[in-house]
Amino acid sequence: MDVKTIDKKQSAAATTTKMSGSEALIHCLVAEGANLVYGYPGGAIMPFYDQLHIHQDKIQHVLTRHEQGATHAAQGFARATGKVGVAVATSGPGATNLITGIADAQIDSTPMVCITGQVGSHLLGSDAFQETDIIGISTPVTKWNYQITSAKEIPEVMAKAFYIARSGRPGPVLIDITKDAQFEEFDYAYAKCEHIRSYTPTPEVQEDQLKAAAEAINAAKKPMIVWGQGVILGEAEEEFKAFVEKSGIPAAWTILGVSAIPTSHPLNVGMVGMHGNYGPNVLTNECDVLIAIGMRFDDRVTGNLETYAKQAKIIHFEIDPAEVSKNVKADYPVLGNSKETLSRILPLINEKTHTDWHQRFKDHDVIEYEKVIKNDIHPTKEGLTMGEVIELINKKTKGEAIIVTDVGQHQMVGIRYADFNQSKSNITSGGLGTMGFALPAAIGAKMGAPDREVVAIIGDGGYQMTIQELGTVFQTEAAVKIVVLNNEFLGMVRQWQQLFFDKRYASTEMKNPNFCKIAEAYDIEAQKVSKRENLEAAVEKMIASKNSFFLEVMVEKEDNVFPMIPTGASVSDIRLE
Amino acid sequence: MSEKINTYTVTIYTENNIGLLNRISAIFQRRKINIESLSASESEIDDVFKFTLVVNITEHQMEKIKGQIERQVEVIKAFYHTDEETIFTESGLFKIKSELLFEEPQIQNIIKDSHARIVTVNREFFVLEKSGRRSEIDLVHRELKPFGIMQFTRSGRIAVTKTEMPISTLLQQIKDEQEAAFAKA
Repeated sequence: MDVKTIDKKQSAAATTTKMSGSEALIHCLVAEGANLVYGYPGGAIMPFYDQLHIHQDKIQHVLTRHEQGATHAAQGFARATGKVGVAVATSGPGATNLITGIADAQIDSTPMVCITGQVGSHLLGSDAFQETDIIGISTPVTKWNYQITSAKEIPEVMAKAFYIARSGRPGPVLIDITKDAQFEEFDYAYAKCEHIRSYTPTPEVQEDQLKAAAEAINAAKKPMIVWGQGVILGEAEEEFKAFVEKSGIPAAWTILGVSAIPTSHPLNVGMVGMHGNYGPNVLTNECDVLIAIGMRFDDRVTGNLETYAKQAKIIHFEIDPAEVSKNVKADYPVLGNSKETLSRILPLINEKTHTDWHQRFKDHDVIEYEKVIKNDIHPTKEGLTMGEVIELINKKTKGEAIIVTDVGQHQMVGIRYADFNQSKSNITSGGLGTMGFALPAAIGAKMGAPDREVVAIIGDGGYQMTIQELGTVFQTEAAVKIVVLNNEFLGMVRQWQQLFFDKRYASTEMKNPNFCKIAEAYDIEAQKVSKRENLEAAVEKMIASKNSFFLEVMVEKEDNVFPMIPTGASVSDIRLE
Repeated sequence: MSEKINTYTVTIYTENNIGLLNRISAIFQRRKINIESLSASESEIDDVFKFTLVVNITEHQMEKIKGQIERQVEVIKAFYHTDEETIFTESGLFKIKSELLFEEPQIQNIIKDSHARIVTVNREFFVLEKSGRRSEIDLVHRELKPFGIMQFTRSGRIAVTKTEMPISTLLQQIKDEQEAAFAKA
């Protein structure tokens, strides 16, 4: 490791104390403010666990029931707090079990540091027991990774790990530490990392880019904003709100962007993308200026790129230069941190209302309400809908809850209909679409924001992918509210099979166990609802509970999520039925 | 942007860290792009490492990949250039039985015409080195092949650009700043 990559000035400043590598790891975590870690012990990480036990007054370790759960819990914690989440695992299978969560954090830009034990350095490459090349395996899905084989590397590498994970566009970092390096004694001194020569986390804001973008915004007749998680990650909620309100521009959100401003905000026009709202999708292909803020034009947002917003000038506020013109060519890139760019562009833009243009969104809302929303949230048919459950959760939590969703139909319905009053309230697996994300992520979110209500909304499929984390709920008494919307199907895949594979329901129907009995086995109060007349009371009881609560709602088996942009279609060809 | 496939020489200035090659090659691998040649060396700046690789892709792909490479924490800067913009060379080594040098006078002509260099000669074999464009090395290979080549190896491309690499001044600046900061502390 090259010492020159970190400012020498900082490394030179601190005083030293003799200690083992594993004890040093504790001190590094404390120095970085990481006093809550998720993990699972095993042979190669035992020296560190020994220190975690000794220093349990400084760092709380939460034993998840699977290493994947540890990563998702760390992600949930990070998304709810904005801090770096930490997950720990042993070598070999412990380390490989982290990969799904790491890939999820990479694609959704979640700050996370994973620490893995590794076999002794003399055994590296010998196919030793529980040895795996986790550096090689994790390379494509980490922002940075590093293997420590000597204790003296620990302070500098850990400082770098946290700095890289949280700075610029955040992401996951994996640090692999050999067992001998954990035992080795050395002179410990810690200095925070604030600079790496080869790494520019945040590009410098360029005045000319701001001016050009502001001119295009001021000249626009039918402008539209699409914002993403960059607003939340940049802690630019206030600046964003001021920008939207002054410019008067209709603002739509990506799945990870929602909650940056309250959903009830009059300039919020809904979600873009495959299962987004009718108006913002159709009008994407009608606006004259599209202002993308902290989003990356994922294919689930754009549909067919050949027909995506071709008539519009594209302004792209973005922190990661590699995202600019990656999928959609930016006519006016605005590089930099969203907090800075948005506050600096504010004085350059004119105050407007765009009343007629807003009316276009409202007109589309009326159509969508009649064709889709009304039947989703106020159904007249006998079977229960996912939408009405979300609507009741809104009513009982008054939009103050953190809503954690898994992946599938319930996720789309949940995020479409949930009310969010404050930022960092929507936690979901967006880019990777990881089933099994929600339960462990909800545990992490609840621990990160203990004063907030945390409601996990999960399908019957995804729930069973990490159902073992009920054990973590049981042991930690994390008061998460778990709602399983059970349609006895892998619903989203079934929907596609119905629409595109002539209803050949290949391996999507599920014979499910008695979920309430399982929850009760973990001492979690449980209730199952199959009839509308019992639903509201059950939701109310769940929200009123001070403890964790499991609510299973039997919903219509073959309901579909609409609107929908079929794969490869244009955003303006969004289907309402 | 044109969808024409070009040959690009990609020059990547990096920190000298284990695993970085893996990180860079993964960027090409996940897009199913073959790396035609690769060489790694020190650069003109102390402590800065340099990868030179050759790929055949469109400019559109190249521009995006450059961004992905520069995103890597330990990459300082990446550049790409067409053949016209660079002076580049490869090197080929041919190991041939020594007796052929006397038995086949044509071999001496090949050596002379190609401006190849004899690196070593002993009783059993001699080694011929030819530097230049891929086509020139291939030509020597084709001509020698009928006589029997004991071993052949060819290096990856190394290149310098015709115009100035803005990296040198940039790096010098960083280095000066660091040294100044260190001296102050």
